[in-house]
Amino acid sequence: MPKVTPTSPFAVRVAALAVCAAVGALLARAVLYIPETEQGLAPLIDANLEASGVTNAVTGVLLNFRGYDTLLEIAVLVLATIGVLSLGVKQTGTWAPLAAQADPVLSALARFLAPIMILVSGYLLWAGEHAPGGAFQAGSVLGAAGVLLALSGYARPVWVTRFALRAVISVGFIVFLATAVGAMLVGGTLLEYPRDYAKTLMLVVETLLTVSIGAILVSLFIASASPAEELRHRSRGEA
Amino acid sequence: MSQTDLYTLAGSALFVIGLYALITRPHLIHKVLALNISSAGVFFILVGIARRVVGPVPDPLPHAMVLTGIVVTVSATAYALALAKAIYTETGVAALDAGDIENEGDPGE
Repeated sequence: MPKVTPTSPFAVRVAALAVCAAVGALLARAVLYIPETEQGLAPLIDANLEASGVTNAVTGVLLNFRGYDTLLEIAVLVLATIGVLSLGVKQTGTWAPLAAQADPVLSALARFLAPIMILVSGYLLWAGEHAPGGAFQAGSVLGAAGVLLALSGYARPVWVTRFALRAVISVGFIVFLATAVGAMLVGGTLLEYPRDYAKTLMLVVETLLTVSIGAILVSLFIASASPAEELRHRSRGEA
Repeated sequence: MSQTDLYTLAGSALFVIGLYALITRPHLIHKVLALNISSAGVFFILVGIARRVVGPVPDPLPHAMVLTGIVVTVSATAYALALAKAIYTETGVAALDAGDIENEGDPGE
């Protein structure tokens, strides 16, 4: 197998060091000279938080004031997953190589932990309304539960077909987009939820986002973590 | 030097360390790791900047941006890893520049 040199030639390293030192000095100067007395956007967010439908400032920013950030973020997640799945190993039995290495103790622990993690995920989703939490934290916990189950050798349930998996991966983005466009159609601008329904809409969107993010993270992990041995026999055999 | 300065300076340092490794390491996995170190630096800076406000409560906007950034980093990393694996499968080498392979110990050439 051909070896990759660990680092670049000396001249390139010196040039890179010079560039990085310059960037670092500029960056350090910039971050140190941001005025300390700057109020930031906190007063503006506090003043309008009541209108957002939630009482936690970070959730309000994510799902309402800067909802387009979050919309594009879940779009990035879905796009990355589409990319990974279309590049990935053959779709059937993607869990099998992981299951083969599973440890019985880990399996028992996973059986104990998975329900608790699902419960924690639901709590984080609910808590996001008034305290640190929300769809992305809840989705991460849900995804971690899925990763743990995959590593413990639990096979993908038969009812999770390719279509079902893809539907779950995309449902969060689709509903979020529909909500955003729907708000525009009923008279507001894009993502401007009607004030009376803001809380309900955000809860629906957050719940579906949680499920989608969980499925996305598990899919990304399994596609990235499948052993290279499985790939090697697909190479063209030139090396 | 305040705690906030320490955070933002450490973030700047992490960003630059990642940038250096991104430029000088030909191996694709090293480049993915370098990008992750750089983004950790960016998050440090954002969290530090959120503290630069009067009063006890940090600015929630940079915090929301960090949350967004973490998720984007995760998906970008997974996609980069999948691409690196595809490149390895096709070429047998997990590096971008073909000139950098098969000449270990001969960096001057």
